[in-house]
Amino acid sequence: MLLTITLADIIHSIDTWLNQTLSPNLALAAELVLGGLAIIGLVIVMAIVMVYAERKIAGFMQMRYGPNRVGKWGSLQAVADVLKLFMKECLTPKNADKLMFAIAPFLVTAVSFMTFAPMSFAPGVQFWDINIGVFYIASVSSLSVIGILMAGWASNNKYALLGAMRSGAQIVSYELSSGLSLITIVLMVGSLSVKDIIMSQGDLWWIFKGHIPAVVAFVVYIIASTAELNRAPFDLAEAEQELTAGFHTEYSGMQFAMFFLSEYCNLFVLSMLAATVFLGGWMPFHIPGLEVFNHLMDYIPGVVWFFGKTFAIIFLIMWFRWTFPRLRIDQLLKLEWKYLLPVSIVNMVIAAIITLMNWFL
Amino acid sequence: MKSIFNYYKSIFLALRSLWQGMKLTGYYFSHPKKMLVQPYPENRDTLVIPSRFKGNLTLIHDAENLHACTACGICEINCPNGTIKILSKMEEQEDGKKKKVLDKWVYHMGLCTFCGLCVDACPSDAIAFDNTFEHSAYKSTTLNKVLNNPGSKLKSTVK
Repeated sequence: MLLTITLADIIHSIDTWLNQTLSPNLALAAELVLGGLAIIGLVIVMAIVMVYAERKIAGFMQMRYGPNRVGKWGSLQAVADVLKLFMKECLTPKNADKLMFAIAPFLVTAVSFMTFAPMSFAPGVQFWDINIGVFYIASVSSLSVIGILMAGWASNNKYALLGAMRSGAQIVSYELSSGLSLITIVLMVGSLSVKDIIMSQGDLWWIFKGHIPAVVAFVVYIIASTAELNRAPFDLAEAEQELTAGFHTEYSGMQFAMFFLSEYCNLFVLSMLAATVFLGGWMPFHIPGLEVFNHLMDYIPGVVWFFGKTFAIIFLIMWFRWTFPRLRIDQLLKLEWKYLLPVSIVNMVIAAIITLMNWFL
Repeated sequence: MKSIFNYYKSIFLALRSLWQGMKLTGYYFSHPKKMLVQPYPENRDTLVIPSRFKGNLTLIHDAENLHACTACGICEINCPNGTIKILSKMEEQEDGKKKKVLDKWVYHMGLCTFCGLCVDACPSDAIAFDNTFEHSAYKSTTLNKVLNNPGSKLKSTVK
């Protein structure tokens, strides 16, 4: 039966074949290289898919077509853009800090690739099952602000510096409420490991099981992660009308493409994290008591569930981007410190009470 | 107490207004038939241009190749960009009088902003905009046009 072959079986057979043909150390090295290539391939394919989806969604929401010339329905537009960026020259401004200017895009991209390590894509498919998985993703993904500040500082451009400073203020403040909303679910699970969080949602996902605190935490997390991604309505860091392009004003060619890639990579990672923590990761949709329905849901592979949920959240964030106008910087900070943070602290206390009393569905 | 109530009320009002905006864009997203944009080169044959669209400037000629331009030059004076040049000549009429008639109605489309002041100013409604809009050309000199047809004459009804 073809349907019963899962992604975990394929990975397992590759693992056994490598261990038979090579010595254990060489096999481990080969697996590390293969894993890295798989992640890079996944990210590039997903970034191209997301750029195309974003432009199409933007078009349809603004009552126009979006790209529709290159390939069938413009499907090769993103590929053509990547080829164009490959051929462009990477310019460096005359008085820029050359080393920092060159390192910044690599740092941002490397950080966003690192967050893939503890992700679980399908049953048994995970690179690194650490006991602090969610904490690792949250902390590593917030490192990208260093790269952004480096890019803004090294560019020797007032717009780039202003954009980078805004981005710093924004990411540092919104880290708090996104972390607190993740902690709400972590409290209920009792573990930071991504695998444990997914396994605890076998009967029902946390957004349904966790009563109102889980729903509030989900809303807060979506708002805060949109702000962390520097996407509209929180795209002050690259507000076109005020700052031309923010921290990547001076970048061109592949250096610009790497910022672009890391932006979409971060969008993908934060959506994956939201899907894992709130919507059950690769866990199918189960309703306690309905055996036939649960068995039917089990036939859909875990990969489909996982990417389906991830793309649902990505669509939601894109929907925000093409609906809401941009906030001012004071409104942005007011939203975080006067609304999201108090709400998520109160929410966390309620979640702690629910956990102590064991009032789950 | 009232301030706490207002705080939570403001959150709910904000969420409601955000949802209203998302409902509208979601409606546009799910109804692609309502698209405003025309897929232009494909639907060139069925394309409908509104009749008030200011396309190409034309000097109206009727079936007998007669136009209504008296070469008074009011359009030339009214044009803010110097787009129009009316070249007139003196022609002897049948009754022996000399009269100014139109020789060439020169129109430089490259300078035109399609403001329509010439059409508004014309006392005898000799000129009008039609619906054509495909003006692209390889040379700027292609855009310099003479609007009156060769051999065209002034209508007898127009004084």
